[in-house]
Amino acid sequence: MMLLLRLYFEFFRTGLFAVGGGLATIPFLTDIGQRTGWFTSAELTNMIAVSESTPGPMGINMASYVGFTIAGIPGSAIATLGVITPSVIVIILVAAFLKKFRENPYVEAVFYGLRPASTGLIAAAGWSVVCISLLTPVWSLNGDNLLVNLDISWKCLLLALAVLVCTKVPRLKGLHPIVWIGLSAVAGVVFGL
Amino acid sequence: MNIYLELFLTFAQAGVCTFGGGYAMLPILQREIVNKRSWATDEELADYYAIGQCTPGVIAVNTATFVGVKLKGVPGGIVATLGVVFPSVVIITIIAAFLQNFAHLPVVVHAFAGIRACVCVLIFNAVLKLKKSSVIDLPTTVIFLATFLLSALWGVSPAIVVLIAGIVGLVIKRAGKGAQKR
Repeated sequence: MMLLLRLYFEFFRTGLFAVGGGLATIPFLTDIGQRTGWFTSAELTNMIAVSESTPGPMGINMASYVGFTIAGIPGSAIATLGVITPSVIVIILVAAFLKKFRENPYVEAVFYGLRPASTGLIAAAGWSVVCISLLTPVWSLNGDNLLVNLDISWKCLLLALAVLVCTKVPRLKGLHPIVWIGLSAVAGVVFGL
Repeated sequence: MNIYLELFLTFAQAGVCTFGGGYAMLPILQREIVNKRSWATDEELADYYAIGQCTPGVIAVNTATFVGVKLKGVPGGIVATLGVVFPSVVIITIIAAFLQNFAHLPVVVHAFAGIRACVCVLIFNAVLKLKKSSVIDLPTTVIFLATFLLSALWGVSPAIVVLIAGIVGLVIKRAGKGAQKR
């Protein structure tokens, strides 16, 4: 019981201080591991890999995985609830504020600036996915120096172009994104990306 | 269908279909929340993402709470949030319990190389769509480009970028109004 309370509290803190999405939780999780001894950095690396290769928001996957490692199924649920509690409270407050001041010209002016910024940030996040998926780092040893070169993975690039073209075809436009994700996963396995 | 059940299921579905963080959820939200159910507009979605990036917590959760609260108040926010996290908890628990080396299985590695290539395109398409309602004139075009460069090239924290953009928006709009009055 004490362990679950502590788990909830640790993840509540992570949720409260990690601003900007799932990846922002990683430094906090590293800190939890070091302070509590619940998991090592190597285990955390594996958890990050799994969280990235399963459906669902990364921050939530991380909380579920770490929670499960520490206290089984209840741990998984408690850690997740812990990490989402601050978000829910903050957003409920912000939503109440917005409902009251939505028509206020000052608030509207702020959103006039926020909207393109939000779009720009999402584009930047998309760009980082491009870097991860279409450019593969290749490590090589030159004497004692470890060198890294970025290789364009042509197969992935071709697949991305194919998906781009397909999603622009009017008759296919309305398909659920999961269709493209599923087909791309199959293509990845078949062509050994 | 009961609206709470529909909220839960819609966000659970969005959770299952999201690969790689809250941004990847955007195309699904555009389809399910904006186009199919009219629970929010593209503009509102951009607002939610802007706020989600400078408030604490996971962006996908912040957005889910927002849509839920807008529709059905505090209970709606909680139901939508539980919906979006539910699949994660189940899937991760199963993998953690049974598949120790899941992330290193060759099938998983190849499938996710394919999925990531696809997610690039889906986010690109989602941004194009979002641009229509958010990048509407010269100042917003400048803000969009500046934000992209600051974040993509120099790794400036989203919270700071959003804060600056809000202030810039306020100054441009209010200064414009002031000039008109005179």
